Amino acid sequence: MIQLVPRQSASNTWQIATPLLAVLATMITGGLLFAIMGHNPVAAIRTIFWDPLFGMASSYSRPQLLVKAAPLILIASGLAIGFRAGIWNIGAEGQYIMGAITGAAVALALYPLEAWWLFPAMVAAGLAGGWAWGMIPALLRNWFGASEILVSLMLVYVAQRIAAWMAFGPMRNPQGMGFPGSRNLQQYPSASNPELIAGTGAHWGVVAAAFAVLATWFLMSRHIRGFHVRAAGTAPRAARFAGVRPAVLVAFCLGLSGALAGAAGLFEVAGPAGQITDRIGVGYGFTAIIVAFLGRLHPVGILLAGLLLALTYIGGELAQLTMGLPAASVQVFQGMLLFFLLGFDLLTRYQIRRRITA
Amino acid sequence: MQRRTLLATASAMMMALAAPALAQDEPLKVGFIYVGPVGDGGWTYQHDQGRLAIEAEFGDRVETTFIESVPEGADAERALTQLALAGNQLIFATSFGFMDPVINVAQRFPDVKFEHATGYKTAENVATYDARFYEGRAVIGTIAGHMTESNKIGYIGSFPIPEVIQGINSSFIHARKVNPDVEMRIVWVYSWFDPAKEAEAANALLAEGVDVIMQHTDSTAPLAQAQAAGAIGFGQASDMAAFAPTPRVSSIIDDWSPYYIKRVQAMLDGTWESGSSWAGIGEGEVVIGEISEAVPEEVRAEALALRDAIGAGEYHPFTGPLNKADGTVWLAEGETASDADLQSMNFYVEGITAQIPQ
Repeated sequence: MIQLVPRQSASNTWQIATPLLAVLATMITGGLLFAIMGHNPVAAIRTIFWDPLFGMASSYSRPQLLVKAAPLILIASGLAIGFRAGIWNIGAEGQYIMGAITGAAVALALYPLEAWWLFPAMVAAGLAGGWAWGMIPALLRNWFGASEILVSLMLVYVAQRIAAWMAFGPMRNPQGMGFPGSRNLQQYPSASNPELIAGTGAHWGVVAAAFAVLATWFLMSRHIRGFHVRAAGTAPRAARFAGVRPAVLVAFCLGLSGALAGAAGLFEVAGPAGQITDRIGVGYGFTAIIVAFLGRLHPVGILLAGLLLALTYIGGELAQLTMGLPAASVQVFQGMLLFFLLGFDLLTRYQIRRRITA
Repeated sequence: MQRRTLLATASAMMMALAAPALAQDEPLKVGFIYVGPVGDGGWTYQHDQGRLAIEAEFGDRVETTFIESVPEGADAERALTQLALAGNQLIFATSFGFMDPVINVAQRFPDVKFEHATGYKTAENVATYDARFYEGRAVIGTIAGHMTESNKIGYIGSFPIPEVIQGINSSFIHARKVNPDVEMRIVWVYSWFDPAKEAEAANALLAEGVDVIMQHTDSTAPLAQAQAAGAIGFGQASDMAAFAPTPRVSSIIDDWSPYYIKRVQAMLDGTWESGSSWAGIGEGEVVIGEISEAVPEEVRAEALALRDAIGAGEYHPFTGPLNKADGTVWLAEGETASDADLQSMNFYVEGITAQIPQ
């Protein structure tokens, strides 16, 4: 008879082992899936996990990993702080979209002005847009006790509608022959977010993601606010005695994660994406939730998890290209990753014991 | 400028490594990127049928690959680059939102030819192609005008862009030509494929007394709703023959095969040149699906005669006298619309009382 026994405290070994185990289990189950579909499972796994790093065209795909991972890491860094405090921002996708819109609005309003301060102003506007969108669920929770999970999620759909409105209305490119979508910011030097060093893929968003990893690490391990966050997450009642004001913490966590998501949106719209369209949100805000948990809500873990998820995207495209795997199988693959992670997570908090019955 | 040259040189070198000098017996590699899954039953499905037609036509002389479900924007640029790096010499990008990414990637791969569907930006190695769907709309508009008993025709629009507005105007003009009492009700769903929203839109139209539904969206949901209410509709993008003879009384089918075969042939002959193709019924790119027995014989004959006149180039669906909805003159007696006018169309013709969402 197998029995689950709660641990006294979460196991450190399992904290690190479960993500690795989840990746391994995903590879095995994914391989089985590919085999059932009639593909060579070893070749498929190699195409997804190895070829983007060391394959034929890896000099192109390696920098692309950074481009794809940067928004994920930036958003997940912010989300993780809230998650550790038990404050669930599920609407980073909406905050990402709003940041992209407010940031791009600055550039589009001032077009064709060329000035050195334009891009910094756009970043500030992007941060502010995401922050404000994150503050809505925060204030509704603080004032009315509304669930921030539902409110932040629902606001994603509002943001998507606003993006469509912008793309078809106020922000539509006047030289776009009536087609939807704003001017392309890649073609507006002062507003663009280009590759900083050719061939590295690194744009300002990549720099910001690296900075976010360092800053959140510092915050969580060295700053009193980080202590409050951890206290509120593990022992809410005790945290109150330690001087944590829940309302302030809710506003802080949702505001911070919103601002970082907004910045990610701005870097994306000024750089790789280029323009505001009705499809500016491509799911980074939701994938970042997987990244945050896969990275164990720890800054370094998030860094690695973001790169891993980016790898599955780029490797997944390669697998479509070279092996004809359908796109959906790669999405199944990513879903499995979170599924196994949450499943194995049980082992960090519980022990498996065999009960001896007479 | 310098960086661009550097990149161009680098990619040219990569190309040289990736695709060793093209020998006679080496197959021509043709790549596709799709915005949806190949199984969507509509837009992407029809493009993939075109890809299969190339394979059937040229056999061993071509090798095709595709990447499906590519979001428009940054991901499209990477997917296109991956296709080019994999040695594809001709790449079809089959969605409007791939436009700027195609132009960017084409600059880095001057030896690769690109074909972009429904866009308006061309380059030395970028051609565009589209189909004159409004020609087909004229034919089904004629059928709709005859078939409606409530004199109310409903139109489910995807996005208010020129292509869709051409379709609305063309079908309205021809419905009114055979039935002066016809009114048009328009609902926008802001999606190309969303069965739930399309069904909702259909129900809203049916509640207003509409008994003929036209759609510029790709799912069969509106036909299912029409069936339940005893109304009729038309297949869109693919034939949707499962709903014949009613509610589907005819259909507009996108057939990209003639164009794809022509362009691949040009590549094999070494005669590929950039340009903008906008072909319609005459070239076989817009096909009117079988008109079912639910349509009276004389209406069928009239519709087929119109189809043949358009196909033979004897009749243009936008022939004056035509006024814009605001009452100003658009086309004088006998004058036909220029392609430039049509490609930037953002007004309704006189008689449609709705407003185009801005």
